Amino acid sequence: MSFSDTLNQYDWDKTKADIYSKTKQDVLHALNQSSCSLEDFKALISPAAAPYLEQMAQKSMLQTQKRFGKTIQLYVPLYLSNTCSNACVYCGFSHKNKIERVTLSEDQILKEAMAIKKMGFDHLLLVTGEHQREAGFDYLMRAIEILRPHFSQISVEVQPMSTEEYQQLMKVGLHAVYVYQETYHQENYKSYHPAGKKADFKYRLETPDRLGKAGIHKIGLGCLLGLEDWRSDIWYTALHLSYLERTYWQSRYSISFPRLRPSAGGFQPNMEISDRELLQVICAFRLLNQEIELSLSTRETPTFRDNVFKLGITAMSAGSKTEPGGYAVHTKALEQFEVSDQRSPKEVEEMLHKNQYEAVWKDWDKFM
Amino acid sequence: MQKLIIAGQEFNSRLFLGTGKFSSNQLMEQALIASGSEMVTTALRRVDIQNPDDDILKHINPDRFRLLPNTSGVRTAKEAVFAAELAREALQTNWLKLEIHPDPKYLLADTVETLKACEELAKKGFIVLPYMQADPILAKQLEEAGSAAVMPLGSPIGSNKGLITREFLQIIIEQANVPVVVDAGIGAPSHAAEAMEMGADAVLVNTAIAVANDPVMMAEAFKLSVEAGRMAFEAKLGQQLNTAEASSPLTSFLDL
Repeated sequence: MSFSDTLNQYDWDKTKADIYSKTKQDVLHALNQSSCSLEDFKALISPAAAPYLEQMAQKSMLQTQKRFGKTIQLYVPLYLSNTCSNACVYCGFSHKNKIERVTLSEDQILKEAMAIKKMGFDHLLLVTGEHQREAGFDYLMRAIEILRPHFSQISVEVQPMSTEEYQQLMKVGLHAVYVYQETYHQENYKSYHPAGKKADFKYRLETPDRLGKAGIHKIGLGCLLGLEDWRSDIWYTALHLSYLERTYWQSRYSISFPRLRPSAGGFQPNMEISDRELLQVICAFRLLNQEIELSLSTRETPTFRDNVFKLGITAMSAGSKTEPGGYAVHTKALEQFEVSDQRSPKEVEEMLHKNQYEAVWKDWDKFM
Repeated sequence: MQKLIIAGQEFNSRLFLGTGKFSSNQLMEQALIASGSEMVTTALRRVDIQNPDDDILKHINPDRFRLLPNTSGVRTAKEAVFAAELAREALQTNWLKLEIHPDPKYLLADTVETLKACEELAKKGFIVLPYMQADPILAKQLEEAGSAAVMPLGSPIGSNKGLITREFLQIIIEQANVPVVVDAGIGAPSHAAEAMEMGADAVLVNTAIAVANDPVMMAEAFKLSVEAGRMAFEAKLGQQLNTAEASSPLTSFLDL
């Protein structure tokens, strides 16, 4: 059994039609529940819920404060490598792009890590492209080993691996793995991911199952908003989450909301999601699940982040560089995506304090 | 009001506080002071125990508060014992709130692992206060394993639902030879007062204070409610009766 079996019980078009047929009554019903079902969640992410965004935001804020208090966890990505054997049509790291490829050496990793430590961080997210030879399992193992003494929590967003490999990485200090399905639309998935290991929809889909079996502390899910109908993809993400929570009950979960923005000459989103709609999604997730970590990256603008962080978010990145060597080594590598919020971590912390929120830099320890 | 005694140490206050979820560490400190509490628990994972200038620890004055490190986040007895030993060395205290909750959603205590860890830690000289399910048998087993107090939940952590486990708390209190501290779920001063009236020796509160609009005033409200509840317990509450007492008792003929 894996999530693949669950997913196959659902039909994309029917799910989509269901979501779009939700009415005002369905939304009000969902808003009046103390705990929300996946059917209620359809109403909350539907167009019918748009007029109720204020009510959703109020409820989401209170529920988040009850569980997490007035705190926001801060983390930062460390890009180790931009080599990639995939050819994802929307990604700057696609092997088809003629860009400078960089994989940091051990010395460079430490140099970057020390620059990050100085910024105040104690939680670190390691990111690589997906390249078995350049930045595969052995490389990551070594990277975690050398970084572990310096950070309380190490997470990765890298190529999917086997249960055994995850277990070995956990032994040297891996805490969490973020692996985004990008889209749950099985047929169209292929056209966005034409080459490399990522072309295998099922292998990627079952990655959280392998992580759950490995007993990982935290699993991060998400879809790329803008590839397919985002309402449907969001609902399937929620379905995935609910399956995982029931199956791997000892793991914690996190949801991220990367959205594709139209860019000159780049990949154009098939369906844009507006600021209002993104907020609707964030609030809907909180009303569905009061314990889940909801994360907002520096892809989003300072204005959006400063106004939305109270309304359901629990973790934010800050001061991010999305190219390998961006903090200290300074290579010629290109960034993966453009950072919209360029503020330093200290500036983000000040913003939180001004809003009477505490920044949490440490919420784990090496011994755990 | 009688003093609370745990492991030979006297406490004037029967209200314990947690340090999570506050909007700033300054506000946390003010709330701790306003609560009159003398026992404060903090998650080991949230503090840098090697750093004397840790931003949370420096707001907990050791002259005023006994620091009760907790193991929140560990999933097994083995991890808990390891964490406890690190804490003892770095923080110079053998007091420990044992928390083992492998379920990150409702943060419910793992009975099997908690009992195992408690036995081992007590043998190693720790003063162990275990967070536990409201299970009367487990309370006795933990007592036998050497716990200095037991900390059954009123309802799931952070739920503010009050004493859902009331019936079992009553049995635990009735049978206990160590102090009973009702931990988790206390969402309002009235819940705290209820626990104290029932005869609980103390209560631990975090979310209800930290997340209040005015945490300092709420801390004081809890202080008053815990005192009121305890005083009512010591003064002996009148028994609740379901029927009115007959003014002409059935047995009055005997007095004739």
